[in-house]
Amino acid sequence: MTTAEVVGQLTDGMTLGIGGWGARRKPMALVREILRSPLTDLTLVSYGGPDVGLLCAAGRVRRLVFGFVTLDVIALDAHFRRARQAGDFEITEIDEGMFQWGLRAAAMRLPFLPTRAGLATDVQARNPELKTISSPYDDGETLLAMPALRLDAALVHVDQADSRGNGQVLGPDPYFDDLFCAAADQAYLSCERITTADEMLEDGCVHSMLINRSQVSGVVEVPLGAHPTGCSPSYGIDAAHLKEYSAAAADEQAWGAYRERYLDVDHAAYIKNAGGRDHITAIPSTIY
Amino acid sequence: MAANETAKDEQAAADFTLAELCIAAAARAWAADGELLASGLGTAPRLAAGLAWLTLNPDLMMTDSECMLVGEPVPPGPRGDYRLKVEGWLPFRAIFDLIAGGRRHAMTMPTQIDRYGGTNISVIGDYTRPKVALLGVRGIPGNTINHPCSFFIPSHSTRSFVESVDMLSGVSYDPSRWPAGARREFHDYRLVVSNLAVLDFNGNDEAGIKTMRLVSTHPGVSVEQVQEATGFELALADNIVETPAPTAEQLAVLRDRLDPHNLRATVFPPAKSSAAKKG
Repeated sequence: MTTAEVVGQLTDGMTLGIGGWGARRKPMALVREILRSPLTDLTLVSYGGPDVGLLCAAGRVRRLVFGFVTLDVIALDAHFRRARQAGDFEITEIDEGMFQWGLRAAAMRLPFLPTRAGLATDVQARNPELKTISSPYDDGETLLAMPALRLDAALVHVDQADSRGNGQVLGPDPYFDDLFCAAADQAYLSCERITTADEMLEDGCVHSMLINRSQVSGVVEVPLGAHPTGCSPSYGIDAAHLKEYSAAAADEQAWGAYRERYLDVDHAAYIKNAGGRDHITAIPSTIY
Repeated sequence: MAANETAKDEQAAADFTLAELCIAAAARAWAADGELLASGLGTAPRLAAGLAWLTLNPDLMMTDSECMLVGEPVPPGPRGDYRLKVEGWLPFRAIFDLIAGGRRHAMTMPTQIDRYGGTNISVIGDYTRPKVALLGVRGIPGNTINHPCSFFIPSHSTRSFVESVDMLSGVSYDPSRWPAGARREFHDYRLVVSNLAVLDFNGNDEAGIKTMRLVSTHPGVSVEQVQEATGFELALADNIVETPAPTAEQLAVLRDRLDPHNLRATVFPPAKSSAAKKG
C-alpha cells in the first residue's frame, strides 16, 4: 500500500488508535498523510506524542483518549497544550495502565477489565461513564471496570514487516503496538522495510516478531517513517526538530511556515527538508 | 537478604549543596523497602534512588530509565564509554504488571500536593479550559493506589503545597474521596522532600485521618518558614530536627559515581537555592 491508500481507508468520525509512546516509534508519516487529507472529527487513542500535537494543531480531533502527551526530550507538547487550554476537543483522561486494560479488553472482546487504577481520583470523577464493579467472590472488593477501548482503526510503525503483515520490532520496548492492532477492526503497519520472515529472523530473535498478520489489514514501507520521533536502533528522537516543531506553536505564522516545509509536502520532500536520510540515521538512540 | 544493614556511622560532611542534602534525605525513603523496584522520576529522585541502593539498601532494583533492569545505578546524562550492566528486561507492559503487584516504590515530582497527599500533574485551573495543561495523569492513579510512593518538590510554596489540588491525579488519605469497598491498604505514602524540609504522613487531623507532618527542616530554615510556605496546616513531629547532613561516604558516591555530570546542580533554580545553603 501507499500512505495515501492507508489514509483512504479511514473515514471521518472514526476512533483511531496510534501506536508508539511519547516521541518513540510513532507512525508519523501516516499522521502527516492524514494532515494532507480532509480526514477529521477523530477520536484519538494514543500514548501521546507529536502525533497528538499535530492532529490537535490541525483541528482534526473531536475527542482525545490519553494518559499523557509528551515529547520525551521536551516534557510538554506545545501544540497539545495550546489546544487543551482552549478547550478545542473533548477529553477522556485516564491512567496509562487503564489505557492498556482498555485495549486488552477490546482485543479479548470483553466489555471491560477490572483494575484499581483510577479509583479515588478525579479520573473517576471527570469520567462519569466509568463504572465500578464489586468482586463477585468473598472479598467483595470494589474495582473500576475499565471499558474496552475498541478502535475502528490503528496505525503503528515497526522496523520490519512482511507483505502479509507479520511485523517485527527491533527496539528495546514494543510499547503496546501489538495490542493496538488486536484492539482494532483495521490495523495498518508502516515500517522501515518490507522484507521476508526469514530475513527478519536474521535481524532479531523470534521474540521481536510481535505482530501477526491476522491482526493487520495493510502494510506500507516508509523508511524513516517515525521521524521526528525515534525508531531505535535505526535512529533516535530528533530533539532539534522537535524544538522547531514546538516553536511552531507560537503563532499562525510560525505554524504556517512549519506546515509548508514539513506537512504540505510528500514523504521524500519531508525527509529532504528534515536534513536527509544520512542526517536522520546518524541521530543516536535516545538516552533517558 | 540483609537489606537494611545500618549505614556506616560516618561523620557528616562539612560542605555540601542544598541539592546534595535533599538527595541524601530523599534516599532514606527506600532504606527499609527490601527487594523492589526503586523508581526515581526526575533528576533528584533518580539520584536519590541510586544513592539508596548503593548506601542504604543493597536489595533495591533500578532500570536504565527506559526498559532494562540494571546491576548498578546508571548515571544520568551522556554515557560516553559507560556500558549498561543489564540484568533483565522491563518494558512498559512488564512495569504495569509490577505496579499492580506492588513491588515498586516510586518518587515523583507532582506540581501540587495537599495535606492528605493528594497530588496533581494534569492541569492547573479549570478542567475543561485549564490555565495550564500539564502532562496528564500518566500512571499516577495506578501507582498511588498500588504501591508505596514518595514525593520530591523542588519549590516549596503555597502554589505547590495547596489546600486542594486542581485535578486529583494520585489518591489521597481523605476517605471521602474513596468509593466504598475499595482496598486502601496498598496506598502508602512515605516521604516528601522539598527545598525547605522533609515531611511524612504520620500526622493526624481532627478526624484521625493521616496528614502531612513536618519531620525536619533544612539548615537555616525555621518551622515557621515551612508553615508559611505551605497552603494548609502542617502537623508537627514531636521533635523537629535539622535535616541530617549527608555523610562523607554518601557525598563521595553521589559526586563521583552516581552523578559525574553534576546534573544535581540543575535540581533547584539558582535564585531559590540560597535558603538552606550550608557553607
